[in-house]
Amino acid sequence: MMIYLRLFWEFLKIGLFSVGGGMATLPFLYDLADKTGWFTGAQVADMLAVSESTPGPIGINMATYTGYTVAGVPGAVLASVGIILPGLALVLIITAMLEKFRKNRYVEGAFYGLRPASVALITAAGLLVAKITFLDEALLEAYSGGGFLSLISWKAVILAAVLLVMTRWFKSTKKLHPVVFIVLSAAVGILFRF
Amino acid sequence: MKELLQIYLAALRVGALTFGGGYAMLPILQKEVVEGRKWNTEAEILDYYALAQCLPGIIMVNTLSFVGQKRRGKTGALAAGLGAITPSLIIITLIAAVLTAFADVPAVQHAFAGIRVCVCVLIFNSILKLWKSSVIDGICLALFLVIVLGSLFFDITPIAFVVAAAVFGVLITLARTRKGGGAA
Repeated sequence: MMIYLRLFWEFLKIGLFSVGGGMATLPFLYDLADKTGWFTGAQVADMLAVSESTPGPIGINMATYTGYTVAGVPGAVLASVGIILPGLALVLIITAMLEKFRKNRYVEGAFYGLRPASVALITAAGLLVAKITFLDEALLEAYSGGGFLSLISWKAVILAAVLLVMTRWFKSTKKLHPVVFIVLSAAVGILFRF
Repeated sequence: MKELLQIYLAALRVGALTFGGGYAMLPILQKEVVEGRKWNTEAEILDYYALAQCLPGIIMVNTLSFVGQKRRGKTGALAAGLGAITPSLIIITLIAAVLTAFADVPAVQHAFAGIRVCVCVLIFNSILKLWKSSVIDGICLALFLVIVLGSLFFDITPIAFVVAAAVFGVLITLARTRKGGGAA
C-alpha cells in the first residue's frame, strides 16, 4: 500500500513542478531513480526512447512506464493520474481569468526564470544519459588514471555523429519522425553489439 | 453523461493519434474539436495551447482540459484528462510488460544500448530548440550555468531549482520595471 501512495505523491510533485513539456519530466525521473532506487538511470533513458516511439504525450508515457516498472498496472494508473492532476486543477482555477493570466507581469517574470531553469535541468539529465552511453561502465569502475580515451565507447560516438548529421544537416532526413532514428539505432546496436 | 463520454473519446483520439506531443497535437486537436464537433474556434484552441504551456504538467493534457472545462466544467476537464492518458496507459503497459520479460535477452540489451545513443541526440536536439526561446540574455545564461552545475555536483531536488528560478525571474522583472519606471 505504501508504495502506491508514495508513487502517487511523487508523480503529483512532478506534475506540479515540471514546466515546459514532456522532456521536462526527465530530470525529475532521474532524481526519483536516485532517491528511491526503484529503477536505474539507464532504465530512464530506455523509457524515454519507448515514450518517443509510441503515441501519446511523452510525459504521460514516461509516467505510465515508470509507474508500471515500480508497481505494475495499478502503479501505471496512479503515476499517470498523479502527473495530470496539478495541471488539471490549475486549468480549472485560471479559466476564469484566461488572458489576464498570460499577460500578468508576475507570471511573465516567473517564466523568464523558469524557461532557462527547465533547459538547464534537461541538460544536466542529458549529460547523465550521455555518461552511461559514451563511457564504458565496466572500464570506468576499474579506472586507475591515464588513458582517458580508452574509456570512450567509440562505436557509440560514431553512431551519435551519424545521427546528428541526419537529424540536423540533411533536409531529406531532418523532418523524419524520431521513431525512425530510434529503430535505426536499435538495429545498429544489435548488428554491432553495442 | 453522453457529452462527458464524447469529451472523453475526443481526448482519447487526440492522445492516440499524436506522436510525441507538443506541436504535433495541434492539427489533430483542430480536426477533432474545431472542424468535427465545432466545440471551439481555431483562436480558442491556440489560446488554450499557449496557456497550457504556462502551466506545469503535460501540455497536451492541459490543453484538452480547457476544452473539457468549457463544455462541462470540472467533470468535463476530468473526462478530457482521463481520455488523454488512456491510450498511453494501454500501449505503454503492454510494451513495458513485454520489454520487462525480454530485458535479459542480449539482443534486447544491444538494441537499447544503440537506442540510448539516439536518445542522447534527441535530447541534445530538443535542448537546442528550447535554448533559442529560453536563454535570451546574459542573466538567463548565468542562471542556466548555475543550475546545470548545481544539479550535476550537488544532491539537490529539481523542485528547489524550479522554485528558486521562478522567484528569481519575478524579482528580476520587478527590479527592471522599477528601474524603467524611475527613468521614465
